[in-house]
Amino acid sequence: MIRYIIRRLLISIPILLIGSFACYVLVATAGNPLAEMRFRPGVTEADIKAAEISLGLDKPVIVRYWNWLTDFLSGDWGQSIALGQAKTAVFPAVTDALWTTGRLVIGAELLALTLGVSVGVLAAVRQYSIFDYLATSTAFLMFSMPIFCVAVIVKNYGIQFNNVLESMGLDRWLTTAGPRPGGFSGSFGEVIFKYTGTFLLPTVALMLISFAAYSRFERASMLEILHSDFVRTARAKGISQGRVIFKHAFRNALIPVATLFSLNFGAVLSGAIITETVFGWAGMGTLLVNSVRQFDPPMLMGWLAVTATLIVLFNLFADIVYGFLDPRIRLG
Amino acid sequence: MANINLASEGGVVNSAPQSDSHEFDASQTRTQGQLVLRRFLRHRLAMVSLGVFVFLVLFAFVGPFIWTFDFEDVSSKSYQPMSGTHPLGTTQVGKDMLALLMRGTGYSLQIALIVAALATAIGVTFGALAGYLRGFVDTTLMRLVDLLLIIPQIAVAAIVVKGFSGSWYVVALVLAAFAWMQIARITRGETLSLAQREFIEAARACGASTSRIIFKHLVPNMIGSITVNATLAIASAVLTEAALSFLGLGVQPPDTSLGVIVLENYGQFLNRPWLFWGPFIVLVSLSLAVNFIGDGLRDAFDPRQTKVRA
Repeated sequence: MIRYIIRRLLISIPILLIGSFACYVLVATAGNPLAEMRFRPGVTEADIKAAEISLGLDKPVIVRYWNWLTDFLSGDWGQSIALGQAKTAVFPAVTDALWTTGRLVIGAELLALTLGVSVGVLAAVRQYSIFDYLATSTAFLMFSMPIFCVAVIVKNYGIQFNNVLESMGLDRWLTTAGPRPGGFSGSFGEVIFKYTGTFLLPTVALMLISFAAYSRFERASMLEILHSDFVRTARAKGISQGRVIFKHAFRNALIPVATLFSLNFGAVLSGAIITETVFGWAGMGTLLVNSVRQFDPPMLMGWLAVTATLIVLFNLFADIVYGFLDPRIRLG
Repeated sequence: MANINLASEGGVVNSAPQSDSHEFDASQTRTQGQLVLRRFLRHRLAMVSLGVFVFLVLFAFVGPFIWTFDFEDVSSKSYQPMSGTHPLGTTQVGKDMLALLMRGTGYSLQIALIVAALATAIGVTFGALAGYLRGFVDTTLMRLVDLLLIIPQIAVAAIVVKGFSGSWYVVALVLAAFAWMQIARITRGETLSLAQREFIEAARACGASTSRIIFKHLVPNMIGSITVNATLAIASAVLTEAALSFLGLGVQPPDTSLGVIVLENYGQFLNRPWLFWGPFIVLVSLSLAVNFIGDGLRDAFDPRQTKVRA
């Protein structure tokens, strides 16, 4: 197992290198971060030239990539060069954003997984029941739903709920514009209250989307296993329904969902982009959107490198989990 | 039916098949294609969805010729409610929502169809080449797939749109560049097993070229999963494009799309809900219809399918 992990990590190094080079070339050719300088009053050609040299833009792309790579690997991720903004270092900006996104996504994904798996198992066990039809059609509907519309709808009903609370003389509870800086204060009950108010809406929006995929997947894999021979044998031996479902079928049906979860998690961590935009969370998604709008190459490269590494790691994690849950699969 | 029953019971009279019979023998006269078509036509949900899809296509491409307002016409008053002249009201700048929706649906459809067509063509070619030639070609192509899977599509699309152009066809090309991997993987998997079969060996023994074997022998045998996945690629392209445009990083004016329309109007959710629900309903019915058609095709191509009699 250790050898397998090491080999996989070694294979991903050249992939990450080529990927980062491709991204660097794309970012370098997509635009000139100094283009806006030309339109500013009082900026001479010499100023632009000086800025170019100070940023190293006069060198060929391959040299710039090499400099970026060596700096990046030695921990110097550079500084944002968006014009008209305070210069911020890339490393803390990306890690802060990752932390914000992580807090939001981890809870939502775990909830979605629990809910999706339970609903999927129930729907499979009671196939063609009313519950099954309801669950299946809900999942299909959510699967075809544009994420941003779900987020917008959830947000606006949250606002209406707040308005109802206010009209009853209470405080607004649900937050629709990002987490308050500086954490929560007050008694334990108040903290819980504020915490749920802040997290509830974006979590629900994220959950609804992931839930659909998990429940569909779990239902399909559970159905396949419930119809397999070893489950029939278990039933024939006289094992109770509950034991058959949980000890025999459920554990096996969990394998593909666990893989999907780890793959999905990597993707969602890097891009709850839409949920973050709609609810005003300053996470990875917002960071990407802002860096693209201001065209900030160092920030974009930092973002891409972190995201790509995370996806590689979670893909590896998915394979390890797979081998762990299914002893028939021998990694190596 | 009576004759067949007698024969199957070992009846003396009809033990030999009747040669002069005009009876329709279902098992022999239908080709694979006819069987699939029949199963699809009997899939009720898929047929309803096909109807919805055709309606949306007409809505998008014939609608603008019939409807009185142009989508760029800003002469109407700002934010008019729903009325006879403006069935879905007007936007902030005074564009007629119905005309806007028609044009937006058109752009969304154009993008999705181009993405699906390109993704299928690239994916099938690469997947079949990798699975048939194996070795070096296989390794290289699959590494390329790995590479593209770790780079977030939405980031690359956003950078390209910002740096080069936000025309609808640029968006379509970028999305296609990231949509073919799934189809390539499926095609490769099927090719790996098909290439071991005797008919491929026979074709090779006859001296058929690689491209002939791939496009005349392999692809027709995989047409089921290719069609299904192409359909599903349309659905996901509609949603990805809308999401990208919603972030303001997809289609840029003067082009428009359903995502752009939602972006411009979702702030009016509480005050003028129709401005949000209009594009929302079009978007969801488009995506649902395509997904249901894909499901119907999957059932129709599946030989183990027993739900619908063929």
